[in-house]
Amino acid sequence: MRTLLLKSLLQAPLTEPAPTADDAELDRLAQSLRSAGHRRLGRSLAIREVDAGSCNGCELEIHALNNAFYDLERFGLRFVASPRHADVLLVTGPVTKNMREALERTWAATPDPKWVVAAGDCARGCGVFAGSYACVGSVAAVIPVDVAIAGCPPTPTALLKGLLALLECSDRSRA
Amino acid sequence: MAWLQQTMEHGRPVCAAAGYGRAIVDDAAWIAVAQQLASGQGSMLGLWGDGECVHLCVLQEPLIGILTHACPSRRFPAIGGLYPPALRLERAIHDLYGLEPVASPDRRAWLDHGRWGVHQPLGRNQAAAADGAPYAFHAAEGPPMHLIPVGPVHAGIIEPGHFRFTANGETIVRLEQRLGYVHKGIERIMRGATLEAAARVAGRVSGDSTVAYALAFARAVEAALGVMAPPRADWLRAVMAELERIANHLGDIGAICNDAAFALIHAHCGVLREEVLRAAETCFGHRLMMDRIVPGGISADLQPHAADALHTLIDSIGQRFPELVELYDRTASLQDRTVATGILKPALVRHYGAGGFVGRASGRAFDARKAPGYPPYADLTFDVPVREQGDVDARVWIRIEELRQSLSLLAQLLAQLPRGVVRLPPLPLARHGAEGLAVVEGFRGDILAWVRLNGDGTVAHSHLRDPSWFQWPLLEAAIEGNIVADFPLCNKSFNCSYSGHDL
Repeated sequence: MRTLLLKSLLQAPLTEPAPTADDAELDRLAQSLRSAGHRRLGRSLAIREVDAGSCNGCELEIHALNNAFYDLERFGLRFVASPRHADVLLVTGPVTKNMREALERTWAATPDPKWVVAAGDCARGCGVFAGSYACVGSVAAVIPVDVAIAGCPPTPTALLKGLLALLECSDRSRA
Repeated sequence: MAWLQQTMEHGRPVCAAAGYGRAIVDDAAWIAVAQQLASGQGSMLGLWGDGECVHLCVLQEPLIGILTHACPSRRFPAIGGLYPPALRLERAIHDLYGLEPVASPDRRAWLDHGRWGVHQPLGRNQAAAADGAPYAFHAAEGPPMHLIPVGPVHAGIIEPGHFRFTANGETIVRLEQRLGYVHKGIERIMRGATLEAAARVAGRVSGDSTVAYALAFARAVEAALGVMAPPRADWLRAVMAELERIANHLGDIGAICNDAAFALIHAHCGVLREEVLRAAETCFGHRLMMDRIVPGGISADLQPHAADALHTLIDSIGQRFPELVELYDRTASLQDRTVATGILKPALVRHYGAGGFVGRASGRAFDARKAPGYPPYADLTFDVPVREQGDVDARVWIRIEELRQSLSLLAQLLAQLPRGVVRLPPLPLARHGAEGLAVVEGFRGDILAWVRLNGDGTVAHSHLRDPSWFQWPLLEAAIEGNIVADFPLCNKSFNCSYSGHDL
């Protein structure tokens, strides 16, 4: 273990420079946040991930955000274990009818002010599962969504851009 | 003669497609099959509904056969009482198709939580209330017992499901699972879909196994059409399948160590996993290689310089992975958590026909790449690691050894990659009612795909059976007598799919 730790200390960090926030998303968000009169939470957001029906592809890429290349926590973003500790719900999947109530209750358990990020094509628009008897549809059909991130699944970089847009916006909305 | 062959010959043959047959059997034969399975003569590969029929796919090595029970009265004899691995599948058939397993010991709904607004969506499809049906969990009673309900929304970044623990102090007396939360209605979405659309859906049954699912679906369609993918496509499909296996095993090994509070291995495995996904992106244009395998071949040939990226990857993992394995093996605090935790008995694994690392860590060597086998694996050299201990540690070691095998397979695949086209010219139209079956080895175990096609080239029916169907129930057994704090470790060492199971 010592050699492994020593090597890690000596080698250059794997962490890559941050991508810039998604501009289009930023403008749209800035408006919605100002109008909602949201108070800024500082550059630190606690995220609760909710799989509301995903195929688990999105979860794999959300996991990747924590690896050394993307290192989500350097931005003050971190995943928490309970909606009661969260500022942001990061929701994936077409919302299945069997998960609808759980999603609504998770949202209700999250203290205000809160934001919802719909991650992935299913969460944005139901994806290939559109029209199924077992799916409600996009996340926005169940709870209000602030940011939607495209992709099937979205790459960690796309996820990072969407989340950074949220951070930048909470800065701007205070200014 | 094998009993399966005798049963098939006594039944009314329906289809004798390449590699397997299907026969319609009566009540007596249906029960007799269950008795054979219960006595350990062969294992069940799948049990699913199809209009007014139920199909039971059985493996009696080396033979695979499908037995069909016609249910004009919408009933069939339940076999779950004799052979418990069938229980949840029968409950799912009742929920979706409204075909009743007569005399089943468990009549509770499984996938249908009373939220769909319809009953029997693939059967009579009648409107129903959507306000949620109560669910009767099994009781475990007595003064020291307490209940711990967990989920469907869990603490980590994982899929939703409900676990109900009955504990005596720290010790788990009973775990009961309730699944179905991510049921998306996949079998009905597939009905009438074009092959292209259906392949996309198949690739999203369980995202972590998108390559394996797309491969299983494509092979089933190709079997139904009586065509074979070009050799180069077969080999590149195997490259993708092995990359997927390596990526998932790295993720699992890291996550298991993380659940034992050993973050260092998790961090390093995360780096290696990311390198695999980046190589996949370089070679095939998508990190998880979604939608790359299609009926008739693959959607695009290797990108330029792809072979270089793969060689670099093989070298890089080959160099750094052994250090992590040594660290795992030598860290007493980690071994203290994984060794002798969550022991799964070999007899149960054989009874349930559990595949993948769950089966192989408890003595069951089945690997669909070896038997029934599919190209190009007969041309490659690899071992199927098997252990007997059945604990979390053994499931970690199976992954470690499989990862090494997959690295060697990748090198062999690259060295012998045939030239040529990677996709058939337009596929022939199917004979109406043509059927095809495929069994493919995903990272988690064997995936079964069965399709029936319409004459216009659309899907009439498709069933995709995840390996988790035969692994989830065993987690309930493996956790018994362990402490609550070891559940995440045991659960992660199984890493069953919720989405693949819930369909």
